Amino acid sequence: MASATAAGTGPSPEGPPVPVAPKSRRSVTGTRRTVAALFLLPALVLLGALVVYPIGYSLIRSFYDQSGDAFAGFDNYEALFTDDGIRTALKNNVVWVVFAPTVATALGLIFAVLTERVRWGTAFKLVVFMPMAISMLAAGIIFRLVYDQDPDKGVANAVWVGVHDTFAESSAFPKAHPGRQSPLEPAGGGAFVTKQPVALGETVVLPLVGVAPDRMPDGAKQAAPAEPEDGRITGTTWQDFTRGKGSGTPGGVDSTELGYPGMRIEAVKDGEVVASATAAGDGTFTLPAEADGALLRLPADNFKEPYNGLDWLGPSLVTPAVIGSYVWMWAGFAMVLIAAGLAGVPRELLEAARVDGASEWQVFRRVTVPLLAPVLAVVVVTLMINVLKVFDLVFIIAPGSSQDDANVLALELYRKGFASDQPGIASAIAVFLLLLVIPVMWFNVRRLRREVRR
Amino acid sequence: MTTDAEPLATTAPPAPERTARAKQSLGSRLAEAASGGLVRVFLMVVGLFWLVPTIGLLLSSLRPSQDVAASGWWEVFTKPSQLTFESYGELLKNGDITSSLLNTVAITVPATVLVVVVGALAGYAFAWMDFPGRDWWFLAVVGLLVVPVQVALIPVAELFGKIGLFGSVVGVILFHVGFGLPFAVFLLRNFFAEIPRELLEAARLDGAGELRLFARVVMPLGGPAIASLGIFQFLWVWNDMLVALIFSDSGSQPITVALQTQMRQFGNNIDVLAPGAFISMVIPLAVFFAFQRQFVSGVMAGAVK
Repeated sequence: MASATAAGTGPSPEGPPVPVAPKSRRSVTGTRRTVAALFLLPALVLLGALVVYPIGYSLIRSFYDQSGDAFAGFDNYEALFTDDGIRTALKNNVVWVVFAPTVATALGLIFAVLTERVRWGTAFKLVVFMPMAISMLAAGIIFRLVYDQDPDKGVANAVWVGVHDTFAESSAFPKAHPGRQSPLEPAGGGAFVTKQPVALGETVVLPLVGVAPDRMPDGAKQAAPAEPEDGRITGTTWQDFTRGKGSGTPGGVDSTELGYPGMRIEAVKDGEVVASATAAGDGTFTLPAEADGALLRLPADNFKEPYNGLDWLGPSLVTPAVIGSYVWMWAGFAMVLIAAGLAGVPRELLEAARVDGASEWQVFRRVTVPLLAPVLAVVVVTLMINVLKVFDLVFIIAPGSSQDDANVLALELYRKGFASDQPGIASAIAVFLLLLVIPVMWFNVRRLRREVRR
Repeated sequence: MTTDAEPLATTAPPAPERTARAKQSLGSRLAEAASGGLVRVFLMVVGLFWLVPTIGLLLSSLRPSQDVAASGWWEVFTKPSQLTFESYGELLKNGDITSSLLNTVAITVPATVLVVVVGALAGYAFAWMDFPGRDWWFLAVVGLLVVPVQVALIPVAELFGKIGLFGSVVGVILFHVGFGLPFAVFLLRNFFAEIPRELLEAARLDGAGELRLFARVVMPLGGPAIASLGIFQFLWVWNDMLVALIFSDSGSQPITVALQTQMRQFGNNIDVLAPGAFISMVIPLAVFFAFQRQFVSGVMAGAVK
């Protein structure tokens, strides 16, 4: 159906999608049949050998075992639903068929409608349509780069981490922890707490180790011992580690050591935070009188691992990620077909609705979309057929480690048929794929038969 | 028939909003202006979103490999001195890559020409010759439009193995021709059927034979459809990886397969993959920009493939 109907969405939608030949198309030339046969021969031979014969071959082969010698009944078809690899592939294919065409079509519709309102709509269409001209291999390489896990290299994670860090503060001291003989102990959940309560007028030391020198915050200055103050609690939190000399004086502020600027310190009494402070560049901090008798806690926020973004190509996200790249390639196709359909929508209808006071959204929802329904159906069905056969993108984008999780039928067919030498099962997959497109084949032929016969 | 399909440049006639606008209040006009601004911003963001992946590939291909390994491509915006054609130079010295590029050409050109010629012969026969069961034969061919190539991989691999075509450029070409033909016959038959009968009869009266009629009248008149078909098939074959992955060997593999074999070491060989992918994209993109109109109509007619 797709081809025939899609063709009808050209600039003259009222014209017949498939031209009807003149009433009597008796050969103008009075050709002999042998001549006709000669004209047809090359096409029919090639089609017969390369398309028709393989269909029959696959059908028969799918009922034979691995070696092809013994009749296997429906064993290969049973494997379609019992083999783990194929079941994952089937499940993923369902996800693909449901989401990829609908998302691409929805985007195509939005773009087609919106580009009518800007002067540079043509340039926009070119940009979105362009990926259709390149190979799925190139698109695959493009998206392998986009989805690189390292936020310093993959643009998807760079953006994602950027957005994340704007809303969630990142911590400055990921691997910091108490050294030996430290006054601090782990308090669960990644926080650290002093073993002894603090008293007014005391100076407290909160030494930690473990922050790599190149990861120290830029504001870190030479650590300074705190000055005692009456009616307050003062202290220092710093990196108690001197390069080359081990830890210097353990628990003592040495001149070579750096403070922990921005470290948050909480005074906790009976589980309640009674006061808090933030360390300065030299690691010193001051707590008010309320902190008397409290334990000092360095909350876990200080030590969170930096956020590294999503594992796009890991087992759980790989299929959505590859579908994303497919949508990048095919939304332009949907957009162009829908834009062509849109050009055929009578403007007066939209205008009439506007004059009647309909909002733009209502015009879109109640007039434009229903009028475009046939085109939308063609686009969705076309993309569904296309998606059933998706191979290259999955094969290229999914790394070896998650290819099992990203598996689809076309890829499984390739693996079974050419990597693990199981042509019986591969043929069964092929026949299954063919069965899925037969309704469309039937629709195409039926539709055309009417037009050819007219 | 589909040859005068919408080019990308189609913009719908501006909506005749004047009359409506006159009746609108200032408030709703302001709201409209604001939403117009939103639309512009939205489309710009989307356009950027669509461009960034390709720009990333291009810039990655223009950076030295040690920089690619160390940081993201966007670093060139602050350090433009990184840009270099080094990787491209290295790539063109790589015998595997250059010979696979030649193979791509050696596969694509004949596969395109053959599909056009064989498809046109059959399309003409279906449109203008008289023989029993003509329409049924044509419908059978149309039915083959949606057959997935996957169905044929194993059987044809075996067939080619028997007749010695496996691993050769010829095998790859033939496979592409076979699977390009249903669309070619469908498109060209429908286009040829629209040729005015008088033209063919006049040529016939002048004493032109069937072959001459085909070559001198039908083919030239079919120009637009042939262009669409040719461009579509060209891009299809040029961009193919799956068929070549199975039917070619290391000596006959096109660029797509040569690059695919590099995917295993992904991460360490961006200096091969990125420029390689970009080189493989240059010709399709040039064809796309030069023949937008024909490409779009080909895509629209060949939606099913």
